[in-house]
Amino acid sequence: MKYLALVYNNPGAFEALSQAERDQLMSEAGVYIKEITESGELVGQGFALADPSAGRTVRVRNGVPAITDGPFAEAKEQLAGFYMLDAESLERATEIVTGDPAARLWGVEVRPVMDTAGVEM
Amino acid sequence: MTTQSQAVAEDLLRGLAPQVLGSLVRRYGHFDLSEDAVQEALVAAALQWPDEGIPENPRAWLTTVAARRLADELRSAEARRHREERAAAEAPRDEQVEPPTGSKDVGADEDDTLTLFFLCAHPALSPPSQLALTLRAVGGLTTAEIARAFLVPETTIAQRISRAKRNIKASHIPFSLPPERERAERLNVVLHVLYLIFNEGYTASSGPDLQRGELTSEAIRLTRKVRRSLPNDGEVAGLLALMLLTDARRPARTRPDGSLVPLEEQDRELWNASSIAEGVALVTDALARTPLGPYQLQAAVAAVHDEAARAQDTDWPQILALYELLERVSPNPMVTLNHAVALAIVRGAQAGLELLATLDNDPRVAEHHRLEAVRAHLLEMAGDRPAARAGYRRAARRTTSLPEQRYLDARADLLEDAGP
Repeated sequence: MKYLALVYNNPGAFEALSQAERDQLMSEAGVYIKEITESGELVGQGFALADPSAGRTVRVRNGVPAITDGPFAEAKEQLAGFYMLDAESLERATEIVTGDPAARLWGVEVRPVMDTAGVEM
Repeated sequence: MTTQSQAVAEDLLRGLAPQVLGSLVRRYGHFDLSEDAVQEALVAAALQWPDEGIPENPRAWLTTVAARRLADELRSAEARRHREERAAAEAPRDEQVEPPTGSKDVGADEDDTLTLFFLCAHPALSPPSQLALTLRAVGGLTTAEIARAFLVPETTIAQRISRAKRNIKASHIPFSLPPERERAERLNVVLHVLYLIFNEGYTASSGPDLQRGELTSEAIRLTRKVRRSLPNDGEVAGLLALMLLTDARRPARTRPDGSLVPLEEQDRELWNASSIAEGVALVTDALARTPLGPYQLQAAVAAVHDEAARAQDTDWPQILALYELLERVSPNPMVTLNHAVALAIVRGAQAGLELLATLDNDPRVAEHHRLEAVRAHLLEMAGDRPAARAGYRRAARRTTSLPEQRYLDARADLLEDAGP
């Protein structure tokens, strides 16, 4: 079963850390990625997203695209990065993500990915 | 070369893979390095044979090429070891996988293959590693083929295989059959791994990526191999029968648009008659002369379904009796779910609903979409349309399969359209 792990934080949360805290985060993240790579549970690689203000939102209404910069909602938590897991169960996926330093500092959402196959009933 | 000669070469290679690996490990030890060497020899053969023709003695060809690779690898490992000697006390020689003393040649291939099955499904390995290693070391599939079948990148499968081999090495697991007292329990793990491989393929055969469906044929092929080594084991026969009887329905279980067809609506003309005949013969024989087990009983249920010419001809009282036995032999909530359906058909929806209610506090299924789906189905049988509709919707929200969700929403819609 595949699960998407979504890391949320406030824009600027990383910059707000002290140098020592950042170093610690980076080294913990390295260990974490190594572990779940070696267990064969990380699918592909993880991705970090640029600051939300560097992105855009597209909405097409009546065939007319409306493009806005952002999102900018500074106070709200935004998607900061994501990675895919292939784990036996939601319990196992949850257990894995508990080891993510981002879960200690901020929050990580675990969402099952819908399968394109199924069993007849 | 023609794709036919490629297919012939591929079948031959997959069949020879465990034999070549077995003889290498018995001669030189080093399961992990031997497995890599055999994999390289298989790749070399897959490239050369279709063009240059299959060698006169394909097995000897593979063994020679693999042994040469292994020797190269051992030599460079030896050289590495010498370089590292000054750094630390010499590491103990790598003898984690020892060849058994006084190795015999009569029946050795069958024993080797069986030993490989036990090794790949060793309880010290995680289930995903067991699956990947079984497919590669016994099945002769490449890492890329396994990755495609499981829809994950090749590196993920490669990690699972190398982790499994590190575990085997670190746990000092010998290359020999497990001791007699552990044999039955260990065989259960082997069969479970094969069943998981089968299910992965069977489930996927409804999806857009039909390549995954190849796993069902692979699981059947491997289970036949186990049966060749253990022809008198009733559960091995039962599992093979269950796979054949389930796989027989594969052509009828999806519509061309990929949507799922429930058993009672399937076009039975499309079912594979020869698989059914083989499966029925296997399970009948096993039930008659071996101790009862869960795979045999599940195969017997599948046989009753498969032998009914029309859905309404299904012998439900017999299916009910088989589920009652199964609940005693191997109780689990999924059995109870199916038992409840049979009970509802034979004794009425209310009886089925009462049995289902016993699962409401079972943490293993309380939140599972199948519980809600079965309940909705029984509520519909009982004529409680609003409750059935709500149940189908709840099940649709809980499933993580798109075709199942589509099916469940369609059932709910039907009840919506007809009004309460």
